[in-house]
Amino acid sequence: MSTVFIALQTNEDTRPIIEAIAHDNPQAVVHRQPAMVKIDAPNRLVIRRESIEERLGREYDLQELQINLITLSGHVDEDEDAFTLTWNS
Amino acid sequence: MAVAALKEYVGVSRDRVENYHGKQLVYVAWDYHMLFAAPFMFCVEPQMKLGDLVRGPLSALMQPDPDAASIDWSKVEWLKLGKPWTPDFERSIEENGIGHKEQLRFRTPGLNTLRDAA
Amino acid sequence: MEMKVAKKKLGLKERYRVMTRDLGWEPSYHTKEALYPYVGYEGIKIHDWEKWEDPFRLTMDAYWKYQAEKERKFYAIVDAHAQNNGHLNLTDARYLSALKIFLQAISPGEYAAHKGFARAGREFPGVGTQVACQMQAIDEIRHAQTQIHALSNYNKYYDGFHAFSDQRDRIWYTSVPRSFFDDAMSAGPFEFMVAIGFSFEYVLTNLLFVPFMSGAAYNGDMATVTFGFSAQSDEARHMTLGLECIKFLLEQDPANVPIVQAWFDKWFWRGFRVLGLVSTMMDYMLPKRVMSWREAWNMYGIENGTALFNDLARYGIRPPKGWDDAEKAIDHMSHQFMLGLYQWSFGTSFHSWIPSDDEMAWLSKKYPTTFDKYYRPRWDHIKKLAAAGTPYKNYGLPKLCQTCQLPTVFTEPEDPTLICHREVEYKGERYHFCSDGCQHIFENEPEKYIQAWLPMPQIHQDPIRGDLGAWMDWVNLKDGQDNGDYVGSNDQRNFDAWRGLATSNE
Repeated sequence: MSTVFIALQTNEDTRPIIEAIAHDNPQAVVHRQPAMVKIDAPNRLVIRRESIEERLGREYDLQELQINLITLSGHVDEDEDAFTLTWNS
Repeated sequence: MAVAALKEYVGVSRDRVENYHGKQLVYVAWDYHMLFAAPFMFCVEPQMKLGDLVRGPLSALMQPDPDAASIDWSKVEWLKLGKPWTPDFERSIEENGIGHKEQLRFRTPGLNTLRDAA
Repeated sequence: MEMKVAKKKLGLKERYRVMTRDLGWEPSYHTKEALYPYVGYEGIKIHDWEKWEDPFRLTMDAYWKYQAEKERKFYAIVDAHAQNNGHLNLTDARYLSALKIFLQAISPGEYAAHKGFARAGREFPGVGTQVACQMQAIDEIRHAQTQIHALSNYNKYYDGFHAFSDQRDRIWYTSVPRSFFDDAMSAGPFEFMVAIGFSFEYVLTNLLFVPFMSGAAYNGDMATVTFGFSAQSDEARHMTLGLECIKFLLEQDPANVPIVQAWFDKWFWRGFRVLGLVSTMMDYMLPKRVMSWREAWNMYGIENGTALFNDLARYGIRPPKGWDDAEKAIDHMSHQFMLGLYQWSFGTSFHSWIPSDDEMAWLSKKYPTTFDKYYRPRWDHIKKLAAAGTPYKNYGLPKLCQTCQLPTVFTEPEDPTLICHREVEYKGERYHFCSDGCQHIFENEPEKYIQAWLPMPQIHQDPIRGDLGAWMDWVNLKDGQDNGDYVGSNDQRNFDAWRGLATSNE
């Protein structure tokens, strides 16, 4: 098992995104550090557009993640609906 | 191994002895005396007596260490190319076979105050 | 009246194909070999450039949109910082030393990376790769500019910021990142991608930007947090591209595997030596600390590195050669290097200081097996010398490593009380190293590294010829202002006085 992670800036834009990630990935652990939030998960983490849109109340383009992204770990696969991080191990 | 290159690749060393106007570099380290973060570099004439380097600039730099005042140079153990070596303080750097960029090390058994402090 | 126009929207994958792959063309009056002369000589075999994938599928139009948004956020905060005396919100002006090192050593590296990617984008034949390199070249110059711009606000008030580009070229502690980038930029395009994409982006930037920028937030430095996180948002993309590039090389031909492994070995160790500087910033220069260098290494070095190597094991890749030696050095390196920076502080364009009792207690808690045993006795002795009115300065110029160009301050992997001595004779000339890792790198390409411009031996050559005053002029260092102990410095005096003015009506 390897840990994949994503870290986002702590701000109003990312609050609903973090909520959505925590909801969609029950195994994920959310670490709140100064000015940033790091979310770890075993082997796989998925970020879903629909879950974010539900919380945001507007349309959301997953590429908007770029603006508040700090770092990540794992192989990235992105399409219109989901942004997925995985390790093969 | 050769550098991967499209044509013949030849480098030139920037620290060759001829760049030092008749002088050379010598490195000296006092083993286990880590108050000094790295070996000392000296730029000296090869004709300088080794004893003059040791009792002069080297001793001056060593003063901040609590062991400096207690050194008996006749009992110091020297290493050259990592092997035990006996210097002759009365002869020159050159006559002692100390080349450009040579690393000399010495040890003072029984005198390692800061190492043994903890 | 609003008109509803039926707009056919392309999917992400389709848009990426149209906006990148379809930009390429087949040459008709030159051969591919003539167009891309540097793509073969490193021995890497590529059979199908179409297999190169950008996992973010970022197209230039989306790139400009999101980068513009990042810039607006950045300048909103930098303006607020300048308008509201942001520099007085710092926990303490000692923190500025970390920023000065950052500006002198790291920001010019961003600029070097920009030049490197502009070149790599020209030298690779695949259009997906070309577009990715173009974006990264633009990112890197943006990082250099935003960093210099943010830190220029400190240059208005404090010493040591004014000559970062001279100091990048000429002073000694900056030669470790300078030689790292010079080495990468003078290598072939594939080695450059592994050096920067893997070593710099994947191993280094997490350790540099993430805990350090979080530390900047802790220490009240909003300007730095902003440029740091703004840059790091690009780095996340760069790391992903670096990883993608490595997978691409490994999948294209089995003959690529040993070449990539050798680059992993080399660039891991080169990156690890650059981290020496970062470790001192984290353990010694943040007045309020977020995590120790050791803790950061556990999180971003060991955990993240191991995940990567386990993943790449299916291609036959093993952890880099210096991995075990690195682990042995983690609890020592910041202390060994910081003692050096302190004793040679007459030659640094930032201030250093003897750690306070509180700081030493923190260090001994974070480094329970090493700090009290090895390093506290040295700091205690240095404190005694200062109290006696004979503050410790080591005017003995240090021996430097021919490969990483740092002073040889690091110890034997098995004995932390003995400096590591390594020496090689090549074509009748002696060369010295700080470690087995640096010696191996030299031995693989001696003709490259014998050319190293080493700042310390250089002091004794023309035109400086051993004159320390002339050297200070040449590196643009004002003695008594930019260098030396923090206690009694202009920075300390000014920060205390201005903060006093800001919080009273005197």
